[in-house]
Amino acid sequence: MAVSIQVENAVKEFTLRYHRNLKDLTVAKIRGQQTTDSFRAVDDVSFTLEQGDTLGLMGLNGSGKSTLLKLVNGTMRPDSGSVKTRGRIAGLIATGAGFHPQLTGRENIYLNAAILGLSERETNRHFDEIVEFADIGKFLETPVGHYSSGMYARLGFSVAVHVDCDIFLADEVLAVGDKPFKRKCMQKMQEIRESGRTIVYVSHAAGSVRKMCNRVIVLEKGVKAFDGDVDEGIRFLKYGNDEDQPDEVDNLDADDDNLGADI
Amino acid sequence: MSEAAPAPQVRVVDAPLAAPSATQGLLEVFRRRYLLRLLVRREIQARYQGSVLGLFWSYLNPLSQFFLYWFIFGQVMLRGQNVETFAIHVFSGFIIVHFFTETFSSGTRSIVRNKSLVQKMAVPREMFPVSAMLVSLYHVVPPMIILLIASVAYGWLPDAGGMLAVVLALTLIMLLGTALALFFSTANVFFRDFGSAVNLMLHFVRFGVPMVYPLTMIFARLNDFWTEVYLANPLTIAVCLFQRAFWVGSTNDPAATDAMNMPSHLFERSLIMIAVAAVLLLIAQRVFTRLENKIPERL
Repeated sequence: MAVSIQVENAVKEFTLRYHRNLKDLTVAKIRGQQTTDSFRAVDDVSFTLEQGDTLGLMGLNGSGKSTLLKLVNGTMRPDSGSVKTRGRIAGLIATGAGFHPQLTGRENIYLNAAILGLSERETNRHFDEIVEFADIGKFLETPVGHYSSGMYARLGFSVAVHVDCDIFLADEVLAVGDKPFKRKCMQKMQEIRESGRTIVYVSHAAGSVRKMCNRVIVLEKGVKAFDGDVDEGIRFLKYGNDEDQPDEVDNLDADDDNLGADI
Repeated sequence: MSEAAPAPQVRVVDAPLAAPSATQGLLEVFRRRYLLRLLVRREIQARYQGSVLGLFWSYLNPLSQFFLYWFIFGQVMLRGQNVETFAIHVFSGFIIVHFFTETFSSGTRSIVRNKSLVQKMAVPREMFPVSAMLVSLYHVVPPMIILLIASVAYGWLPDAGGMLAVVLALTLIMLLGTALALFFSTANVFFRDFGSAVNLMLHFVRFGVPMVYPLTMIFARLNDFWTEVYLANPLTIAVCLFQRAFWVGSTNDPAATDAMNMPSHLFERSLIMIAVAAVLLLIAQRVFTRLENKIPERL
Protein backbone atom coordinates (compact mmCIF):
# COMPACT_ATOMS: atom_id res chain seq x y z
CA MET A 1 0.00 0.00 0.00
CA ALA A 2 1.03 3.56 -0.52
CA VAL A 3 2.78 5.59 2.13
CA SER A 4 0.38 8.19 3.49
CA ILE A 5 2.38 10.04 6.14
CA GLN A 6 6.12 9.92 6.36
CA VAL A 7 7.85 11.62 9.26
CA GLU A 8 11.63 11.43 9.32
CA ASN A 9 13.66 12.69 12.26
CA ALA A 10 11.31 15.60 12.74
CA VAL A 11 12.46 18.16 15.27
CA LYS A 12 10.50 21.20 16.37
CA GLU A 13 12.15 23.54 18.79
CA PHE A 14 10.43 26.34 20.64
CA THR A 15 12.20 29.34 22.04
CA LEU A 16 11.08 30.63 25.37
CA ARG A 17 11.57 34.31 25.98
CA TYR A 18 11.39 35.43 29.53
CA HIS A 19 11.29 39.16 28.90
CA ARG A 20 9.15 40.93 26.42
CA ASN A 21 10.16 44.51 26.80
CA LEU A 22 13.40 46.39 26.55
CA LYS A 23 13.51 47.43 30.19
CA ASP A 24 13.15 43.91 31.57
CA LEU A 25 15.56 42.61 28.99
CA THR A 26 18.26 45.15 29.86
CA VAL A 27 17.90 44.53 33.57
CA ALA A 28 18.16 40.77 33.03
CA LYS A 29 21.22 41.14 30.81
CA ILE A 30 22.97 43.32 33.36
CA ARG A 31 22.28 40.83 36.12
CA GLY A 32 23.52 38.09 33.88
CA GLN A 33 20.27 36.17 33.94
CA GLN A 34 19.21 33.91 31.16
CA THR A 35 16.95 35.72 28.73
CA THR A 36 15.96 32.93 26.37
CA ASP A 37 15.69 29.21 26.61
CA SER A 38 14.70 26.63 24.10
CA PHE A 39 13.16 23.23 24.33
CA ARG A 40 12.30 20.56 21.88
CA ALA A 41 8.58 19.93 21.70
CA VAL A 42 9.13 17.21 19.13
CA ASP A 43 12.52 15.56 19.30
CA ASP A 44 13.72 13.36 16.47
CA VAL A 45 10.46 11.54 15.82
CA SER A 46 10.16 9.19 12.86
CA PHE A 47 7.33 7.02 11.69
CA THR A 48 5.59 5.99 8.51
CA LEU A 49 1.89 5.37 8.05
CA GLU A 50 0.40 3.56 5.12
CA GLN A 51 -2.88 4.62 3.57
CA GLY A 52 -5.67 3.30 5.78
CA ASP A 53 -3.61 3.04 8.96
CA THR A 54 -5.12 4.42 12.12
CA LEU A 55 -2.65 5.69 14.62
CA GLY A 56 -3.41 6.51 18.22
CA LEU A 57 -1.10 9.22 19.44
CA MET A 58 -0.86 9.15 23.21
CA GLY A 59 1.16 10.70 25.96
CA LEU A 60 0.83 12.98 28.93
CA ASN A 61 -0.12 16.62 28.58
CA GLY A 62 2.75 18.58 27.10
CA SER A 63 4.43 15.58 25.57
CA GLY A 64 4.32 17.09 22.09
CA LYS A 65 1.27 15.38 20.64
CA SER A 66 -0.38 18.52 19.37
CA THR A 67 2.86 19.92 17.99
CA LEU A 68 3.46 16.69 16.09
CA LEU A 69 -0.06 16.91 14.75
CA LYS A 70 0.56 20.47 13.62
CA LEU A 71 3.68 19.34 11.78
CA VAL A 72 1.65 16.71 9.96
CA ASN A 73 -1.13 19.18 9.29
CA GLY A 74 1.28 21.72 7.78
CA THR A 75 0.61 24.52 10.24
CA MET A 76 4.20 24.24 11.39
CA ARG A 77 7.29 23.15 9.59
CA PRO A 78 9.94 20.99 11.26
CA ASP A 79 13.20 22.73 12.13
CA SER A 80 15.05 19.70 10.85
CA GLY A 81 14.00 16.40 9.42
CA SER A 82 11.05 16.11 7.11
CA VAL A 83 7.32 15.56 7.14
CA LYS A 84 5.58 14.42 4.00
CA THR A 85 1.95 13.61 3.40
CA ARG A 86 -0.12 12.39 0.50
CA GLY A 87 -3.48 13.83 -0.38
CA ARG A 88 -5.83 16.22 1.31
CA ILE A 89 -5.70 16.65 5.06
CA ALA A 90 -8.67 17.53 7.16
CA GLY A 91 -9.24 17.23 10.79
CA LEU A 92 -10.09 18.53 14.09
CA ILE A 93 -6.91 20.09 15.34
CA ALA A 94 -9.08 22.96 16.30
CA THR A 95 -12.75 22.75 15.65
CA GLY A 96 -14.03 26.00 14.35
CA ALA A 97 -10.63 27.66 14.33
CA GLY A 98 -11.48 29.38 11.11
CA PHE A 99 -14.83 30.59 12.30
CA HIS A 100 -15.42 34.27 12.29
CA PRO A 101 -17.75 35.22 15.16
CA GLN A 102 -19.45 37.96 13.16
CA LEU A 103 -20.33 35.81 10.18
CA THR A 104 -23.33 33.51 10.07
CA GLY A 105 -23.18 29.74 10.28
CA ARG A 106 -23.73 29.46 6.54
CA GLU A 107 -20.93 31.87 5.64
CA ASN A 108 -18.60 30.17 8.07
CA ILE A 109 -19.25 26.75 6.57
CA TYR A 110 -18.12 28.06 3.18
CA LEU A 111 -15.10 29.81 4.64
CA ASN A 112 -14.02 26.88 6.75
CA ALA A 113 -14.43 24.46 3.87
CA ALA A 114 -12.40 26.75 1.63
CA ILE A 115 -9.61 26.80 4.19
CA LEU A 116 -9.62 23.01 4.15
CA GLY A 117 -9.21 23.23 0.40
CA LEU A 118 -12.70 22.69 -0.98
CA SER A 119 -13.98 24.53 -4.00
CA GLU A 120 -17.32 26.28 -4.01
CA ARG A 121 -18.93 23.44 -5.95
CA GLU A 122 -17.68 20.78 -3.55
CA THR A 123 -18.98 22.78 -0.60
CA ASN A 124 -22.38 23.13 -2.25
CA ARG A 125 -22.48 19.38 -2.70
CA HIS A 126 -21.79 18.68 0.99
CA PHE A 127 -23.65 21.66 2.40
CA ASP A 128 -26.89 19.92 3.33
CA GLU A 129 -25.14 17.01 5.01
CA ILE A 130 -22.99 19.41 7.00
CA VAL A 131 -25.98 21.36 8.24
CA GLU A 132 -27.94 18.25 9.02
CA PHE A 133 -25.10 16.63 10.95
CA ALA A 134 -24.37 19.80 12.91
CA ASP A 135 -28.04 20.01 13.80
CA ILE A 136 -28.05 23.76 14.28
CA GLY A 137 -31.47 24.22 12.72
CA LYS A 138 -32.67 27.79 12.46
CA PHE A 139 -29.39 29.17 13.78
CA LEU A 140 -27.79 28.67 10.39
CA GLU A 141 -28.31 32.36 9.56
CA THR A 142 -27.20 33.63 12.98
CA PRO A 143 -23.65 34.89 13.58
CA VAL A 144 -21.67 32.06 15.16
CA GLY A 145 -20.54 34.40 17.91
CA HIS A 146 -23.99 33.90 19.41
CA TYR A 147 -23.79 30.10 19.31
CA SER A 148 -23.49 28.00 22.43
CA SER A 149 -20.14 26.30 22.76
CA GLY A 150 -21.73 22.98 21.90
CA MET A 151 -23.23 24.31 18.68
CA TYR A 152 -19.96 25.92 17.75
CA ALA A 153 -18.10 22.65 18.22
CA ARG A 154 -20.76 20.68 16.37
CA LEU A 155 -20.57 22.91 13.36
CA GLY A 156 -16.78 22.73 13.29
CA PHE A 157 -16.78 18.96 13.63
CA SER A 158 -19.41 18.65 10.96
CA VAL A 159 -17.43 20.64 8.41
CA ALA A 160 -14.25 18.71 9.14
CA VAL A 161 -15.79 15.25 8.81
CA HIS A 162 -17.62 16.05 5.60
CA VAL A 163 -14.53 17.17 3.77
CA ASP A 164 -13.53 14.44 1.40
CA CYS A 165 -10.01 13.99 2.74
CA ASP A 166 -7.35 11.33 2.54
CA ILE A 167 -5.83 11.97 5.96
CA PHE A 168 -7.91 12.74 8.99
CA LEU A 169 -6.36 14.23 12.11
CA ALA A 170 -8.28 14.36 15.36
CA ASP A 171 -7.04 16.09 18.46
CA GLU A 172 -9.14 15.51 21.58
CA VAL A 173 -12.18 16.07 19.46
CA LEU A 174 -14.72 14.22 21.39
CA ALA A 175 -14.14 16.21 24.54
CA VAL A 176 -16.90 18.61 23.63
CA GLY A 177 -20.54 18.00 23.04
CA ASP A 178 -23.23 16.07 24.84
CA LYS A 179 -23.69 12.34 24.89
CA PRO A 180 -25.90 11.92 21.81
CA PHE A 181 -23.54 14.02 19.77
CA LYS A 182 -20.51 12.12 21.01
CA ARG A 183 -22.13 8.91 19.93
CA LYS A 184 -22.80 10.38 16.52
CA CYS A 185 -19.19 11.52 16.33
CA MET A 186 -17.86 8.11 17.25
CA GLN A 187 -20.01 6.59 14.55
CA LYS A 188 -18.78 9.08 12.01
CA MET A 189 -15.18 8.42 13.00
CA GLN A 190 -15.74 4.71 12.46
CA GLU A 191 -17.16 5.49 9.04
CA ILE A 192 -14.13 7.55 8.22
CA ARG A 193 -11.92 4.73 9.35
CA GLU A 194 -13.80 2.18 7.30
CA SER A 195 -13.56 4.30 4.18
CA GLY A 196 -9.84 3.64 4.20
CA ARG A 197 -8.58 7.02 5.26
CA THR A 198 -5.46 7.42 7.28
CA ILE A 199 -6.29 8.60 10.78
CA VAL A 200 -4.12 10.11 13.46
CA TYR A 201 -6.13 10.19 16.63
CA VAL A 202 -4.91 12.00 19.72
CA SER A 203 -6.63 10.96 22.89
CA HIS A 204 -6.17 10.07 26.52
CA ALA A 205 -9.14 7.73 26.45
CA ALA A 206 -7.83 4.20 26.19
CA GLY A 207 -11.25 2.85 25.28
CA SER A 208 -11.72 4.93 22.16
CA VAL A 209 -8.13 4.47 21.06
CA ARG A 210 -8.62 0.74 21.32
CA LYS A 211 -11.74 0.95 19.25
CA MET A 212 -10.32 3.22 16.57
CA CYS A 213 -6.68 2.42 16.12
CA ASN A 214 -4.43 -0.36 14.90
CA ARG A 215 -1.22 1.19 16.12
CA VAL A 216 -0.15 3.39 19.03
CA ILE A 217 2.72 5.80 19.41
CA VAL A 218 3.44 7.17 22.86
CA LEU A 219 5.36 10.40 23.18
CA GLU A 220 7.32 11.35 26.27
CA LYS A 221 8.72 14.88 26.40
CA GLY A 222 8.81 15.01 22.63
CA VAL A 223 10.61 11.70 22.19
CA LYS A 224 8.96 8.62 20.77
CA ALA A 225 8.84 6.25 23.71
CA PHE A 226 6.68 3.50 22.33
CA ASP A 227 5.57 2.46 18.87
CA GLY A 228 3.55 -0.63 18.20
CA ASP A 229 0.56 -2.64 19.21
CA VAL A 230 -2.47 -0.89 20.70
CA ASP A 231 -2.93 -2.93 23.86
CA GLU A 232 0.76 -2.87 24.66
CA GLY A 233 0.85 0.85 24.10
CA ILE A 234 -1.99 1.41 26.50
CA ARG A 235 -0.34 -0.86 29.03
CA PHE A 236 2.88 1.09 28.50
CA LEU A 237 1.02 4.20 29.55
CA LYS A 238 -0.62 2.35 32.44
CA TYR A 239 -3.92 3.83 31.37
CA GLY A 240 -5.68 0.51 31.18
CA ASN A 241 -6.00 0.06 34.91
CA ASP A 242 -7.32 3.45 35.84
CA GLU A 243 -10.27 3.08 38.13
CA ASP A 244 -12.52 5.17 35.87
CA GLN A 245 -11.31 3.41 32.76
CA PRO A 246 -12.18 -0.26 33.05
CA ASP A 247 -10.12 -2.58 30.91
CA GLU A 248 -13.04 -4.16 29.15
CA VAL A 249 -14.78 -1.34 27.41
CA ASP A 250 -16.77 -2.74 24.61
CA ASN A 251 -20.11 -1.07 24.71
CA LEU A 252 -20.34 2.37 23.29
CA ASP A 253 -22.28 3.83 26.19
CA ALA A 254 -19.63 3.03 28.74
CA ASP A 255 -17.08 4.39 26.36
CA ASP A 256 -19.04 7.56 25.91
CA ASP A 257 -18.99 8.18 29.60
CA ASN A 258 -15.30 7.73 29.67
CA LEU A 259 -14.83 10.17 26.87
CA GLY A 260 -15.63 12.86 29.33
CA ALA A 261 -12.22 12.23 30.81
CA ASP A 262 -10.65 13.38 27.56
CA ILE A 263 -10.17 16.91 28.68
CA MET B 1 -12.05 -3.85 20.45
CA SER B 2 -10.07 -3.26 17.31
CA GLU B 3 -11.05 -6.54 15.68
CA ALA B 4 -14.73 -5.65 16.06
CA ALA B 5 -14.54 -3.20 13.17
CA PRO B 6 -14.87 -4.55 9.63
CA ALA B 7 -11.72 -4.56 7.53
CA PRO B 8 -11.16 -1.11 6.04
CA GLN B 9 -11.51 -0.77 2.32
CA VAL B 10 -8.52 0.24 0.26
CA ARG B 11 -8.41 3.87 -0.71
CA VAL B 12 -6.17 4.85 -3.56
CA VAL B 13 -4.82 8.38 -3.44
CA ASP B 14 -3.29 9.67 -6.63
CA ALA B 15 -1.39 12.55 -5.12
CA PRO B 16 2.35 12.83 -4.64
CA LEU B 17 4.01 12.53 -1.25
CA ALA B 18 4.76 16.15 -0.43
CA ALA B 19 5.34 18.55 2.42
CA PRO B 20 1.96 19.52 3.86
CA SER B 21 2.79 23.19 4.34
CA ALA B 22 2.42 25.65 1.52
CA THR B 23 5.78 26.63 0.10
CA GLN B 24 5.08 28.69 -2.98
CA GLY B 25 4.50 31.97 -1.21
CA LEU B 26 2.48 34.53 -3.13
CA LEU B 27 1.88 32.14 -6.01
CA GLU B 28 0.05 29.87 -3.59
CA VAL B 29 -2.23 32.78 -2.69
CA PHE B 30 -3.26 33.20 -6.28
CA ARG B 31 -3.65 29.47 -6.77
CA ARG B 32 -6.27 29.55 -4.00
CA ARG B 33 -8.26 32.50 -5.33
CA TYR B 34 -11.54 31.15 -4.03
CA LEU B 35 -10.31 31.22 -0.44
CA LEU B 36 -8.81 34.66 -1.02
CA ARG B 37 -12.16 35.91 -2.28
CA LEU B 38 -13.94 34.56 0.77
CA LEU B 39 -11.41 36.13 3.11
CA VAL B 40 -11.75 39.49 1.42
CA ARG B 41 -15.52 39.27 1.55
CA ARG B 42 -15.34 38.29 5.23
CA GLU B 43 -13.24 41.36 6.01
CA ILE B 44 -15.57 43.69 4.16
CA GLN B 45 -18.70 42.23 5.73
CA ALA B 46 -17.26 42.08 9.22
CA ARG B 47 -16.17 45.71 9.09
CA TYR B 48 -19.69 47.06 8.77
CA GLN B 49 -21.44 44.37 10.78
CA GLY B 50 -24.03 45.78 13.11
CA SER B 51 -23.81 49.28 11.70
CA VAL B 52 -26.92 50.92 10.32
CA LEU B 53 -25.15 52.97 7.67
CA GLY B 54 -23.02 50.03 6.53
CA LEU B 55 -21.02 50.68 3.41
CA PHE B 56 -22.07 54.30 3.54
CA TRP B 57 -19.32 54.79 6.12
CA SER B 58 -16.74 54.20 3.44
CA TYR B 59 -18.15 57.27 1.67
CA LEU B 60 -18.49 59.27 4.84
CA ASN B 61 -14.97 58.70 6.16
CA PRO B 62 -13.01 59.96 3.17
CA LEU B 63 -15.51 62.77 2.63
CA SER B 64 -15.10 64.13 6.15
CA GLN B 65 -11.32 63.97 6.00
CA PHE B 66 -11.39 65.60 2.62
CA PHE B 67 -13.49 68.51 3.87
CA LEU B 68 -11.15 68.95 6.80
CA TYR B 69 -8.06 69.18 4.58
CA TRP B 70 -9.82 71.31 2.03
CA PHE B 71 -11.03 73.77 4.65
CA ILE B 72 -7.87 74.06 6.76
CA PHE B 73 -5.37 74.17 3.93
CA GLY B 74 -7.41 75.53 1.07
CA GLN B 75 -9.48 78.12 2.90
CA VAL B 76 -7.35 79.05 5.90
CA MET B 77 -3.64 78.41 5.43
CA LEU B 78 -2.94 78.60 1.72
CA ARG B 79 -5.37 81.37 0.84
CA GLY B 80 -2.82 83.37 -1.10
CA GLN B 81 -1.40 80.45 -3.07
CA ASN B 82 -4.43 80.27 -5.30
CA VAL B 83 -4.35 76.72 -6.57
CA GLU B 84 -7.00 76.13 -9.16
CA THR B 85 -9.77 73.65 -8.17
CA PHE B 86 -7.91 72.96 -4.97
CA ALA B 87 -10.60 70.54 -3.77
CA ILE B 88 -9.88 68.16 -6.65
CA HIS B 89 -6.15 68.61 -6.04
CA VAL B 90 -6.52 67.48 -2.44
CA PHE B 91 -9.05 64.76 -3.02
CA SER B 92 -7.31 62.99 -5.91
CA GLY B 93 -4.13 62.83 -3.83
CA PHE B 94 -6.08 61.82 -0.78
CA ILE B 95 -7.61 58.72 -2.42
CA ILE B 96 -4.31 57.18 -3.40
CA VAL B 97 -2.66 58.10 -0.08
CA HIS B 98 -5.60 56.62 1.77
CA PHE B 99 -5.31 53.41 -0.24
CA PHE B 100 -1.67 53.20 0.74
CA THR B 101 -2.12 53.96 4.44
CA GLU B 102 -5.02 51.51 4.72
CA THR B 103 -3.06 48.73 3.03
CA PHE B 104 0.00 49.41 5.13
CA SER B 105 -1.69 49.65 8.51
CA SER B 106 -4.29 46.91 8.15
CA GLY B 107 -1.74 44.71 6.37
CA THR B 108 0.65 45.12 9.27
CA ARG B 109 -1.99 43.96 11.72
CA SER B 110 -3.38 41.24 9.45
CA ILE B 111 -1.48 38.21 10.76
CA VAL B 112 -1.84 39.05 14.43
CA ARG B 113 -5.54 39.68 13.90
CA ASN B 114 -6.04 36.28 12.29
CA LYS B 115 -4.14 34.52 15.03
CA SER B 116 -6.59 31.67 15.51
CA LEU B 117 -6.41 30.75 11.84
CA VAL B 118 -2.65 31.11 11.55
CA GLN B 119 -1.94 28.95 14.57
CA LYS B 120 -4.23 26.11 13.74
CA MET B 121 -4.85 25.81 10.05
CA ALA B 122 -2.50 25.30 7.14
CA VAL B 123 -3.33 28.46 5.21
CA PRO B 124 -0.67 30.21 3.14
CA ARG B 125 0.10 33.10 5.46
CA GLU B 126 0.72 35.54 2.63
CA MET B 127 -3.03 35.32 2.23
CA PHE B 128 -3.65 37.80 5.05
CA PRO B 129 -1.51 40.77 3.94
CA VAL B 130 -2.72 40.26 0.38
CA SER B 131 -6.36 40.21 1.42
CA ALA B 132 -5.78 43.36 3.51
CA MET B 133 -4.51 45.05 0.34
CA LEU B 134 -7.52 43.88 -1.67
CA VAL B 135 -9.96 45.08 1.00
CA SER B 136 -8.31 48.51 0.84
CA LEU B 137 -8.50 48.43 -2.94
CA TYR B 138 -12.20 47.71 -2.68
CA HIS B 139 -12.60 50.78 -0.52
CA VAL B 140 -10.99 52.94 -3.18
CA VAL B 141 -14.13 52.61 -5.27
CA PRO B 142 -16.57 54.78 -3.27
CA PRO B 143 -14.32 57.89 -3.06
CA MET B 144 -13.39 57.42 -6.72
CA ILE B 145 -17.05 57.76 -7.61
CA ILE B 146 -17.27 60.98 -5.60
CA LEU B 147 -14.10 62.24 -7.29
CA LEU B 148 -15.39 61.45 -10.76
CA ILE B 149 -18.62 63.33 -10.15
CA ALA B 150 -16.76 66.33 -8.74
CA SER B 151 -14.24 66.37 -11.60
CA VAL B 152 -16.94 66.22 -14.23
CA ALA B 153 -18.64 69.13 -12.46
CA TYR B 154 -15.43 71.14 -12.98
CA GLY B 155 -15.42 70.33 -16.69
CA TRP B 156 -13.04 67.37 -16.62
CA LEU B 157 -13.03 64.98 -19.55
CA PRO B 158 -11.36 61.58 -19.54
CA ASP B 159 -8.15 61.29 -21.56
CA ALA B 160 -5.94 58.30 -22.41
CA GLY B 161 -2.90 59.65 -20.55
CA GLY B 162 -4.98 60.20 -17.45
CA MET B 163 -6.40 56.71 -17.48
CA LEU B 164 -2.91 55.29 -17.92
CA ALA B 165 -1.83 57.39 -14.93
CA VAL B 166 -4.60 55.86 -12.77
CA VAL B 167 -3.58 52.34 -13.72
CA LEU B 168 0.09 53.09 -13.06
CA ALA B 169 -0.62 54.68 -9.69
CA LEU B 170 -2.82 51.80 -8.53
CA THR B 171 -0.30 49.21 -9.71
CA LEU B 172 2.49 51.03 -7.91
CA ILE B 173 0.61 51.23 -4.62
CA MET B 174 -0.64 47.65 -4.86
CA LEU B 175 2.92 46.36 -5.26
CA LEU B 176 4.46 48.69 -2.71
CA GLY B 177 1.64 48.24 -0.19
CA THR B 178 1.76 44.45 -0.43
CA ALA B 179 5.54 44.45 -0.06
CA LEU B 180 5.40 46.60 3.07
CA ALA B 181 2.40 44.71 4.45
CA LEU B 182 4.19 41.38 4.01
CA PHE B 183 7.29 42.64 5.70
CA PHE B 184 5.64 44.47 8.58
CA SER B 185 2.99 41.84 9.25
CA THR B 186 5.73 39.36 10.17
CA ALA B 187 7.69 41.99 12.06
CA ASN B 188 4.55 42.79 14.03
CA VAL B 189 4.29 39.16 15.14
CA PHE B 190 7.74 39.31 16.70
CA PHE B 191 7.47 42.77 18.18
CA ARG B 192 4.13 44.48 18.43
CA ASP B 193 6.06 47.76 18.43
CA PHE B 194 6.04 47.63 14.65
CA GLY B 195 2.30 48.15 14.59
CA SER B 196 2.70 51.41 16.48
CA ALA B 197 5.75 52.41 14.47
CA VAL B 198 3.77 52.06 11.26
CA ASN B 199 1.14 54.47 12.53
CA LEU B 200 3.86 56.97 13.29
CA MET B 201 5.31 56.64 9.81
CA LEU B 202 1.94 57.18 8.24
CA HIS B 203 1.79 60.70 9.70
CA PHE B 204 4.85 61.57 7.65
CA VAL B 205 3.38 59.98 4.57
CA ARG B 206 0.34 62.26 4.61
CA PHE B 207 2.41 65.41 4.66
CA GLY B 208 5.35 64.21 2.59
CA VAL B 209 3.31 64.29 -0.60
CA PRO B 210 1.90 67.20 -2.63
CA MET B 211 -1.64 66.67 -1.43
CA VAL B 212 -2.55 69.53 0.90
CA TYR B 213 -0.02 71.85 -0.77
CA PRO B 214 0.83 72.22 -4.45
CA LEU B 215 3.99 70.78 -5.94
CA THR B 216 4.97 74.23 -7.18
CA MET B 217 5.64 75.12 -3.55
CA ILE B 218 8.28 72.39 -3.41
CA PHE B 219 9.78 73.53 -6.72
CA ALA B 220 9.99 77.07 -5.40
CA ARG B 221 11.40 76.37 -1.95
CA LEU B 222 13.68 73.37 -2.32
CA ASN B 223 16.87 73.27 -4.36
CA ASP B 224 17.31 70.76 -7.19
CA PHE B 225 18.86 68.09 -5.02
CA TRP B 226 16.15 68.13 -2.39
CA THR B 227 13.45 68.30 -5.05
CA GLU B 228 14.83 65.09 -6.51
CA VAL B 229 14.84 63.52 -3.03
CA TYR B 230 11.23 64.59 -2.61
CA LEU B 231 10.33 63.09 -5.98
CA ALA B 232 12.11 59.84 -5.14
CA ASN B 233 9.25 59.08 -2.76
CA PRO B 234 7.01 56.62 -4.59
CA LEU B 235 3.99 58.09 -2.82
CA THR B 236 4.75 61.51 -4.35
CA ILE B 237 4.76 59.94 -7.79
CA ALA B 238 1.51 58.09 -7.13
CA VAL B 239 -0.15 61.29 -5.93
CA CYS B 240 1.12 63.20 -8.98
CA LEU B 241 -0.22 60.46 -11.26
CA PHE B 242 -3.66 60.73 -9.71
CA GLN B 243 -3.57 64.51 -9.95
CA ARG B 244 -2.45 64.20 -13.55
CA ALA B 245 -5.50 62.01 -14.16
CA PHE B 246 -8.15 64.10 -12.44
CA TRP B 247 -6.96 67.49 -11.27
CA VAL B 248 -5.06 68.62 -14.41
CA GLY B 249 -8.11 68.02 -16.57
CA SER B 250 -10.35 69.95 -14.25
CA THR B 251 -8.38 73.22 -14.48
CA ASN B 252 -8.97 75.94 -17.05
CA ASP B 253 -5.83 75.32 -19.04
CA PRO B 254 -4.80 71.67 -18.57
CA ALA B 255 -1.64 71.95 -20.70
CA ALA B 256 -0.29 74.84 -18.65
CA THR B 257 -1.17 73.15 -15.35
CA ASP B 258 0.54 70.00 -16.53
CA ALA B 259 3.72 71.85 -17.43
CA MET B 260 3.80 73.91 -14.25
CA ASN B 261 2.71 71.45 -11.60
CA MET B 262 3.83 68.01 -12.69
CA PRO B 263 7.35 66.65 -12.29
CA SER B 264 9.29 66.13 -15.53
CA HIS B 265 9.12 62.63 -17.04
CA LEU B 266 6.24 61.62 -14.78
CA PHE B 267 5.49 58.39 -16.65
CA GLU B 268 9.12 57.31 -16.87
CA ARG B 269 9.51 57.98 -13.17
CA SER B 270 6.45 55.93 -12.35
CA LEU B 271 7.66 52.97 -14.40
CA ILE B 272 10.95 53.05 -12.50
CA MET B 273 9.02 53.18 -9.22
CA ILE B 274 6.91 50.19 -10.24
CA ALA B 275 10.07 48.23 -11.02
CA VAL B 276 11.53 49.19 -7.64
CA ALA B 277 8.29 48.19 -5.88
CA ALA B 278 8.30 44.82 -7.67
CA VAL B 279 11.86 44.18 -6.48
CA LEU B 280 10.84 45.18 -2.96
CA LEU B 281 7.97 42.71 -3.14
CA LEU B 282 10.37 39.92 -4.07
CA ILE B 283 12.65 40.83 -1.18
CA ALA B 284 9.70 41.03 1.23
CA GLN B 285 8.56 37.60 0.06
CA ARG B 286 11.99 36.13 0.80
CA VAL B 287 12.13 37.68 4.26
CA PHE B 288 8.60 36.45 4.88
CA THR B 289 9.42 32.88 3.88
CA ARG B 290 12.44 32.92 6.14
CA LEU B 291 10.61 34.21 9.21
CA GLU B 292 7.36 32.36 8.59
CA ASN B 293 8.39 29.19 10.46
CA LYS B 294 8.59 31.08 13.72
CA ILE B 295 5.22 32.79 13.33
CA PRO B 296 2.90 30.24 14.97
CA GLU B 297 4.96 30.01 18.16
CA ARG B 298 5.49 33.74 18.52
CA LEU B 299 1.88 34.76 18.12
